[in-house]
Amino acid sequence: MFSNILIYFVVIPLVMLLGLFLCRDIKQIRAVAVTGSVALTALSVWLLIDYLGLRAAGNDAPMLYLGSWEWFAPLNIHLAVGVDGISIAMLLLTGVIMITGSFASWEIPQPKEFFLWLILLSTGVYGFFISIDLFTMFMFYEVALIPMYLLIGVWGSGNKNYSAMKLTLMLMGGSAFLMLGLIGIFYHSAPEGQPLTWNILEIVDNNSISVGWQKFLFPMTFVGFGVLGAMFPFHTWSPDGHASAPTAVSMLHAGVLMKLGGYGCFRVAIYLMPQAAHELAWIFIILTGISVVYGAFSACVQNDLKYINAYSSVSHCGLVLFAILMLNTTAMTGAIMQMLSHGLMTALFFALIGMIYGRTHTRDIREMGGMMQILPYLSVCYVIAGMASLGLPGLSGFVAEMTIFVGSFQHTDMFHRVFVIVACSSIVTTAVYILRVVGKLLYGPVYDQHHLSLTDAKWWERLSTATLIVCVAGIGCFPNFFADLIKFTFSPQIFSVLGLH
Amino acid sequence: MDITIPVLILAIPLFMFLFLGLLGMKMSHKLAGTLGTLGMGTVLVLSYYTAFTYWFSGAPEFIEGTTRLQYTVFNQTWLQFTPALAIKLGFLLDPISALMLIVIPTISFMVHVYSLGYMHGEKGFQRYYAFLSLFSFSMLGLVVATNIFQMYIFWELVGASSFLLIGFFYTLPSAVSACKKAFIVTRFADLGFLIGILILSFYTGHLDFLPMTQDPQGVFASFGGATFMGASVLTWALVLIFTGGMGKSAMLPLHIWLPDAMEGPTPVSALIHAATMVVAGVYLVARLFPLYMLEDAALNFITVVGALTAFYAAVVACTQIDIKRILAFSTISQIAFMMVSLGVASKNGEAIHEGLGYMASMFHLFTHAMFKALLFLGAGSLIHAVHSNNYTAMGGLRKYMPITHITFLIGCLAIAGIPPFAGFFSKDEILTACYANSTFWGVWMTVVAGMTAFYMFRMYFLIFWWENPDYEARVKEQEAHGHHASMPHESPIAMTFPLIFLAAVATVCGFTPFGELVTYDGHEYHIHLDWTVAGTSIVVAVVAILFAASLYLKKNDKPTRMADSCRWLWTAALRRFYWDEIYLFITRRIIFDGICKPIAWFDRHIIDGTMNGLAYVTNAASGAIKGFQSGKVQMYIWWYLIGAVLLALISAACIL
Repeated sequence: MFSNILIYFVVIPLVMLLGLFLCRDIKQIRAVAVTGSVALTALSVWLLIDYLGLRAAGNDAPMLYLGSWEWFAPLNIHLAVGVDGISIAMLLLTGVIMITGSFASWEIPQPKEFFLWLILLSTGVYGFFISIDLFTMFMFYEVALIPMYLLIGVWGSGNKNYSAMKLTLMLMGGSAFLMLGLIGIFYHSAPEGQPLTWNILEIVDNNSISVGWQKFLFPMTFVGFGVLGAMFPFHTWSPDGHASAPTAVSMLHAGVLMKLGGYGCFRVAIYLMPQAAHELAWIFIILTGISVVYGAFSACVQNDLKYINAYSSVSHCGLVLFAILMLNTTAMTGAIMQMLSHGLMTALFFALIGMIYGRTHTRDIREMGGMMQILPYLSVCYVIAGMASLGLPGLSGFVAEMTIFVGSFQHTDMFHRVFVIVACSSIVTTAVYILRVVGKLLYGPVYDQHHLSLTDAKWWERLSTATLIVCVAGIGCFPNFFADLIKFTFSPQIFSVLGLH
Repeated sequence: MDITIPVLILAIPLFMFLFLGLLGMKMSHKLAGTLGTLGMGTVLVLSYYTAFTYWFSGAPEFIEGTTRLQYTVFNQTWLQFTPALAIKLGFLLDPISALMLIVIPTISFMVHVYSLGYMHGEKGFQRYYAFLSLFSFSMLGLVVATNIFQMYIFWELVGASSFLLIGFFYTLPSAVSACKKAFIVTRFADLGFLIGILILSFYTGHLDFLPMTQDPQGVFASFGGATFMGASVLTWALVLIFTGGMGKSAMLPLHIWLPDAMEGPTPVSALIHAATMVVAGVYLVARLFPLYMLEDAALNFITVVGALTAFYAAVVACTQIDIKRILAFSTISQIAFMMVSLGVASKNGEAIHEGLGYMASMFHLFTHAMFKALLFLGAGSLIHAVHSNNYTAMGGLRKYMPITHITFLIGCLAIAGIPPFAGFFSKDEILTACYANSTFWGVWMTVVAGMTAFYMFRMYFLIFWWENPDYEARVKEQEAHGHHASMPHESPIAMTFPLIFLAAVATVCGFTPFGELVTYDGHEYHIHLDWTVAGTSIVVAVVAILFAASLYLKKNDKPTRMADSCRWLWTAALRRFYWDEIYLFITRRIIFDGICKPIAWFDRHIIDGTMNGLAYVTNAASGAIKGFQSGKVQMYIWWYLIGAVLLALISAACIL
């Protein structure tokens, strides 16, 4: 079992948890958090290099590093692991957000308990991305969701009890759909007379879910994961939840957890039920198309920085699901790139908002102004994050969005065309709400004279934001590396069923 | 051709941007400015070398017989979308990109030098030079693009650097709103550009320029006669792509950002908003010209938009008070000349007069860049001297600022089209091209040319002649208020050198044998002046100048009386025919109040209300039934007995 590299993505966080219990002061806690997340990131980088080596050597199995250990024999539940390019991209993303999140919560009160829950959450996230057994996947999914309640409820701000409850209940509601869908998949996972299985690869090989059942199970799983991907109209947990959450939790939640939704939609809903996806995609294209525009327009009139960013996330994550539903390699590659891009830049946004809030004690853009003169470093970072968000070439947002648009435009019918153009129009609205913040918050004269005494970023804040900016620019400048990493994953077999490319 | 030099042309400004952007704050102003200027100077030398090699070396990859070829120096895949569609980053050398390799570094270098004086002592001086380098990088990348998506990438980057430079004085609310406006309006236009690219690439199956422009019939065939809403899809694609150009080149109705962009530092206006970025739209149409030739509808659209814009901007320019605003409207009008010239260059798929309009458009782009940059830098010198943008604060300045005066006069003569200055030659070619297409456009553009001469000399006379305000009194008054003030004086050498240089260029560059260098199909074209057109335009220009002189040479009340005689027209023109108010209404009332706020309300109250309602119902339901779980054993026994009796009754009923 421990010869498989993937298992260490769960083992390291568990060791970190043990380490936390032994910690006596905040310095040790920081050391554990940073060392652990750096180790996890290093592991994912190593995995990436090794994976590329294997692929270069001609290994074209859909997933690599497979491992499976029986867990509960009567229901055939295994701890089954395996990764492809998409999972590796997500593992890398998680690592980066963990490191920067640890730095962003450098001075959190009650650090021991905070990091305890945060690391438990990351255990769930890592477990989810390496699992290929639906049951364990679901379990890790829940492990990632529950700590959120406490993290927001205890360390949050504002109307935190309401937000924590709302977020947890809505996501649990999604889980209920998901559970139903997964059990349904399990009972149709193999032809008559063969043992049922939870293993994704085996289910794909069996290809035994009838189209009728697919049509029932696809919406279940898609909505189940879609709730976490902030799909309209199940997105309202996101603004309140993000607004109340402490900085690192917002970062991790918007940066990584929301990606669980998109990843799940792809890996479970579409990967396992392609025919239903093909037939029912139009319903969800409408919903996600609405998400894209609706989130962007809503963001234009918000005054709380976190609300602006949360609605912007609704818009950007809507684009992820929108692209996945286009069911072609290019758009899906774009979707995964958008997940990476959004994860990094939204984490950067939330980190910066947290840093600004920590200084000014307000997030209302009407009560701030001229921050560029007072906090030049943070303001410049904010402008860069904004530019990434509105899709400036050279930063990650542009390449992701363009891949999505070009891919989506390959559909020739009027319905798709109209929705692609509607989705494209979000580039204008995004510019509006980003520049509105830049103009009010960063530019202009200083609004509040008390702000003049504020100090610019500390070293750990600089480290955290600079890392994220480097990653955002890295994707933006060398997109082909990531596109290739992701693209290989879309094994032709999913699409050959549909005659898609 | 070796790729080192082309790579360096792009890499040096990019490096300068990163270097000055990251480390600039640790440097002194002088060091940062010198480094930026030296970097640009190197680029200037390298790109002159490249362009001259292209034109004059006679190497077989550049010229075949008398036909100039399009040569791809390098072309690297940057992002592969589908097996066929990919964004490539490359360096294309052909007549128009070589032309731009002359224009951009020349103006950029002059602006770098000029800014050493003009921006002296400004806060954020290093940042300013970093942004200038970023802009130069983006603009150079745009013009050498081999791939329409590469152009789009750099198109966005020039937009962003323009945003950063307009908002350079970011503490001023007017600069902040101007930079936001510029970015958002051009972004809106870019949406059209993007959709146009998507349509074009979907049908043609690739994004590279060369296969498209060298085989336009193939492109036409790949569309297979598809139509949408009565026009061919190719027309739609081309018009949408042109929309992007309308945004960047400030064509009606997307022109509103350019006058406001004058909030940026004046050298920036000269570089970005007069000479280089704003002609990107013209460049885009020129780049795809073989495709535009296929669709007369698209070309006619360009002609009409251009002609209306030229006229509109000329009328507005006659009334403005702020000299930078006058120059901005003049720029809009002159770019519209270039657009019209492209629009009239072809009919029914045949280039008229061997593509004279195309050549004239590029020629005007070249000469306009020189004399308009000169005029803007001259305006900067004036503003530097009197600390105001309005001509009302000027007058009689010819005595105080002789170099600025002479160079400014040369710029005005050039733009008015007086021989032998540069503008005469290029404008004359444009008018000839217009007459060759139809007399209507010819007359229309001749009228606009006359108005150009009028408003330019109105400004010239008001600044340098008119009445001499009491500068001494003003200085005393300002010093009384504790401000540092001085009499108007000539600017330092860093500022006058670029003026003299550009004035010299504007005087002689009309004699460039332009037809031999830049034509639409690479064949040489011999310019011959059509003296009927040239004679008419000279007469019109001279009359306009004399008319301006009669009104504005000496202080008098004729202009006021004239304005009073048609007050409504004057006010409307002064308020730029209320375009800004219309846009404000659309954005504030319709988009913000009519779309965004209702959506936000809907989200808070309906969607979220439903979620809260569900939670409330669940809560209320559990409240209603929780009485059953009272914990009282007697109650449970009661329920048990009632249940048992009911069951017994039901079973009895069933059995019987």
